[in-house]
Amino acid sequence: MIGQALDRVDGPAKVAGQATYAYEHWDDGQPLYGFVVGATIGTGRITRIDTARAERSPGVHMVMTHHDTPAQGAPDLSIPFEYWRAFPVLSRADVRHYGEPVALVVAATFEQARAAAPLVDIEYAGEAGSYDFAACRHQAYAPDSLIYGMIPTDTAVGDFDAGFDTAPVRIDERYTTPYEFSQPMEPHACLVEPHGEDLIVHVSSQIVDAARASIASTLQIDPERIHIVTPYVGGGFGSKLRIHHETILAAFAARALNRPVKVALTRQQIFHLTGVRPTSSQRVRLGAERDGRLVAIAHEVTMHTNRHEEYIEPTATTTRSLYAAPHRLTRHRLVPLDLPRGEDVRAPGEAPGLLAVESAMDELAYALEMDPVELRIRNEPELDPERGVPFSDRHLVECLRDGARRFGWESRPAQAASLREGRWMVGYGMAAAIRGHLQAPTKVAVRLQADGTAVVRSDMTDIGTGTYTILTQVAADGLGLPPDRVRVELGRSEFPVSMGSGGSWGATNSCTALHRACEALREKLLATASNDARSALHGLDPAGAAFVDGGVRIGGASETLSEIVARNHPDGVEAEGETLAMTDDPNYQDYALHSYGAHFAEVGVDADTAEIRLRRMLGVFSVGRVLNAKTARSQLIGGMIWGVGAALEEEGAVDPRSGAFVNRDLAQYLVPVHADISEVDAVVLDGFDDKANVLGAKGVGELGICGAGAAVANAVFNATGVRVRDFPITLEKVLPGLPPMDD
Amino acid sequence: MRSFTYERATDARGAVAAVSRPGAKFISGGTNLLDLMKLEVERPSHLVDISRLPLTDIEELPDGGLRIGAQATNSDTAADARVRTHYPVLTQALVAGASGQLRNKASVGGNLLQRTRCPYFYDTAAGCNKRDPGSGCSAIGGFNRIHAILGVSDACIATHPSDMAVAMTVLEAQVELLDADGSARRVAVTDFHRLPGDTPHIETVLRPGEMITGVVLPPPPPGRQIYRKVRDRASYEFALVSVAVIVATDRGTISSARAAFGGVAHKPWRSVEAEAALTGHPAAMATYRAAAEAAMRDAVGRGHNDFKIELARRTLCRTLAQAAQATEAG
Repeated sequence: MIGQALDRVDGPAKVAGQATYAYEHWDDGQPLYGFVVGATIGTGRITRIDTARAERSPGVHMVMTHHDTPAQGAPDLSIPFEYWRAFPVLSRADVRHYGEPVALVVAATFEQARAAAPLVDIEYAGEAGSYDFAACRHQAYAPDSLIYGMIPTDTAVGDFDAGFDTAPVRIDERYTTPYEFSQPMEPHACLVEPHGEDLIVHVSSQIVDAARASIASTLQIDPERIHIVTPYVGGGFGSKLRIHHETILAAFAARALNRPVKVALTRQQIFHLTGVRPTSSQRVRLGAERDGRLVAIAHEVTMHTNRHEEYIEPTATTTRSLYAAPHRLTRHRLVPLDLPRGEDVRAPGEAPGLLAVESAMDELAYALEMDPVELRIRNEPELDPERGVPFSDRHLVECLRDGARRFGWESRPAQAASLREGRWMVGYGMAAAIRGHLQAPTKVAVRLQADGTAVVRSDMTDIGTGTYTILTQVAADGLGLPPDRVRVELGRSEFPVSMGSGGSWGATNSCTALHRACEALREKLLATASNDARSALHGLDPAGAAFVDGGVRIGGASETLSEIVARNHPDGVEAEGETLAMTDDPNYQDYALHSYGAHFAEVGVDADTAEIRLRRMLGVFSVGRVLNAKTARSQLIGGMIWGVGAALEEEGAVDPRSGAFVNRDLAQYLVPVHADISEVDAVVLDGFDDKANVLGAKGVGELGICGAGAAVANAVFNATGVRVRDFPITLEKVLPGLPPMDD
Repeated sequence: MRSFTYERATDARGAVAAVSRPGAKFISGGTNLLDLMKLEVERPSHLVDISRLPLTDIEELPDGGLRIGAQATNSDTAADARVRTHYPVLTQALVAGASGQLRNKASVGGNLLQRTRCPYFYDTAAGCNKRDPGSGCSAIGGFNRIHAILGVSDACIATHPSDMAVAMTVLEAQVELLDADGSARRVAVTDFHRLPGDTPHIETVLRPGEMITGVVLPPPPPGRQIYRKVRDRASYEFALVSVAVIVATDRGTISSARAAFGGVAHKPWRSVEAEAALTGHPAAMATYRAAAEAAMRDAVGRGHNDFKIELARRTLCRTLAQAAQATEAG
């Protein structure tokens, strides 16, 4: 059952419109609608705010500003993951970035609230802000803190300068990556229903426990009073790891009015209010012997951060494990700007970092006149090159070789700009993928009911990834049940606490915990049956028991689960399983745990206009054991398409005068559409990483992005001979390098 | 969105009468107007729905031309066999625009009247002379990658986003208008849209209350028609630069040529300079280059959009070469 391509168990409800999302609940009747009013300056302070006109607008129930908000908790910076920290809103007259909420209008309908929003009369004292990353790059500083409270910002092994200086072949280039956004299909939304002192919070969230903790500490109330409900989440990509303004504002309004209140951000607001992937400037230096062996690797990253709220994207961290080289250096530096805060955006770190490093490796391959696949194989490390520990289960070389064979890499044009098909310049590119496999404490309960069905419960979320489906499979496997006799219930704070969906850890955290819960439940059932004189299994040795087809068999004797449960536990019987924190799991000390892959891309570049079109793409991945072949493939393909977008299209443009993201809708912030994506396939190697967990499975979700964009960028170079180091590769960056027009 | 009243017009005369009240606007497919209303860029107090007026026919005219009702959808127009056969540049332009869903809703008249995609026009907190006359142009000195390079003013550098109108320009289409007093007139599509000048908020020569009833295509000129759209992604995206050409050749010499650009100006940009540099000259790259130089002689970039000048040149050259090659072959 585990690994099979089981269709999504929540699929029919979703396509039939029966999956209810946060903004759509109606349990307490007609809610009121809140609309966020955002600052129209980037830096400064509110000198006067007059809500009278807005309050008189039809249907308006209240207008909240920083004058009206109750006392709020402050973020506790000692909490390593910021998602659990307080998130105060409307707490000061200062404006720290464009679009920051300055008021909330609550009205009987959404349109009434939106119509009243411009009637809030605000005067600002604007100040000169810093919005231009390139102009401020000299202000970069070394952060004091660790990344996520646990990863050092800087590392050094050997003597990089000496190693690099003596290397016969050197690459020293700077790559820049733009502001990027998560932009899930479901906007950030929250409906809060007050029930006495309690709040029922329907919120689109990736981590229930974090949402609860953050709301409780912001509102300064007992977490037990907060009941999070988020059974369906329409994508998050990091932007729903923590709750944002919409949630706290809805809670304040609901408490003030003692009515259900819901707040959703508009698509335009999402660009300013839910975090942004920092823009970066990355210097990559590679020093190699003429045979391709690296002697020195340096990856130095400078990125923007909001001046008041530091965020460090771990952009150089996987460079620490990717290739062998005796002399190494990685660094993260921050440039304080008055722009929206950085937050995790899908594959934080690897997505921009591998764009740079895997482009540089391609440049090195051309400098060496070596096949880029071969170059990577020659630099395969035996041990983790910085930590010196063994890899748990590293199959990068197999991914490279298998991908090259499947893709037909041997027919690539070795010379850039050498393959033409009519008006198209055609190129092949490839890149390696690596992503750390993470783990976090998670609990899952499984209950067997008297009718022989199982109910799985956790506050784990399904953000469109397939959590319901894989947990169904693990429970069916663990209890010997057909999958249609398993029901999975997720996304409620009353359920056992998980670490939610994020960092590609949700699947393995929750499935490992559930697997252990099933083990515990089997033991309970066997003990029950063995001690029950009425059972066909009475007195038999449970060591030989098999759970199959909804029953237990020991030797020739068997009994159905429903008989055992109904007789002994008429209210059902339950067990819980858990997954440990990385810090409590010795494998994380003794091994380097990653998942791997190799991307291959073919692009066509119009020889006249420099329009770049993906022609085909293949990823081959090693992720340990796959939990569901279909959902894993969907995750990987989705990630690869993100990579295509990062290489060719996505870029948040900042207005240098206001600090606003100018192109703040999905008609202007481009992501790939169907016509951009022709033939994309993902292949997963058979595997089992016994150091990762009992299931042998590792994280999948974000791996597909890692390196994908670099494969596309490298293909553009192979097609045109033009190396663009400033992402995304839009046509004007290639155009000047194209050959002159011919007849 | 502000509250508004709504009525559905049942005949053309009634529609123009209904829209004469202050604050009233026509609505047809609503693919642009509704977005603008949500953002309060447009704030009509009354909408007159003309989408069900009997103006959807596409009919042949005695002179061999074609009349397209203003309420014909973009999809139906693109799919019409007579359009596809005799005006292929129009079909190519239409199907290059928007998405299938939008083309099913959007009307021919509405397509001509769609507003610019300048991000500052959409942002009511930003200065924009088109949205709020006298408030300045934020695109100048701002993010202006998609903006105009020809016919601009210091008041506005916005582009007209239509593909269809660019094709209609080289087809020398006429726009049929019905005034509130019941009088009808025709305006050449080239004269229908205005350059921004000091009044970028006045985008067309439409009089208050005047309604587009149809578009008349003259009999197709000789030659091969091509619409070429260059954009950042393969679909569902406005043109960075587009080119519509109609080229006829005679034994290696260009006997007639028409050329227009999209994505470069406040209106579909017919380049008489390029046409003059083509007609009577050899069908060869040197000629196309000269035409492209002539077309872009007065082009001005504003920074982010500088590339459009060379992109427009190259796109015109290649499209002309393809059209000339096809006429020679055919």
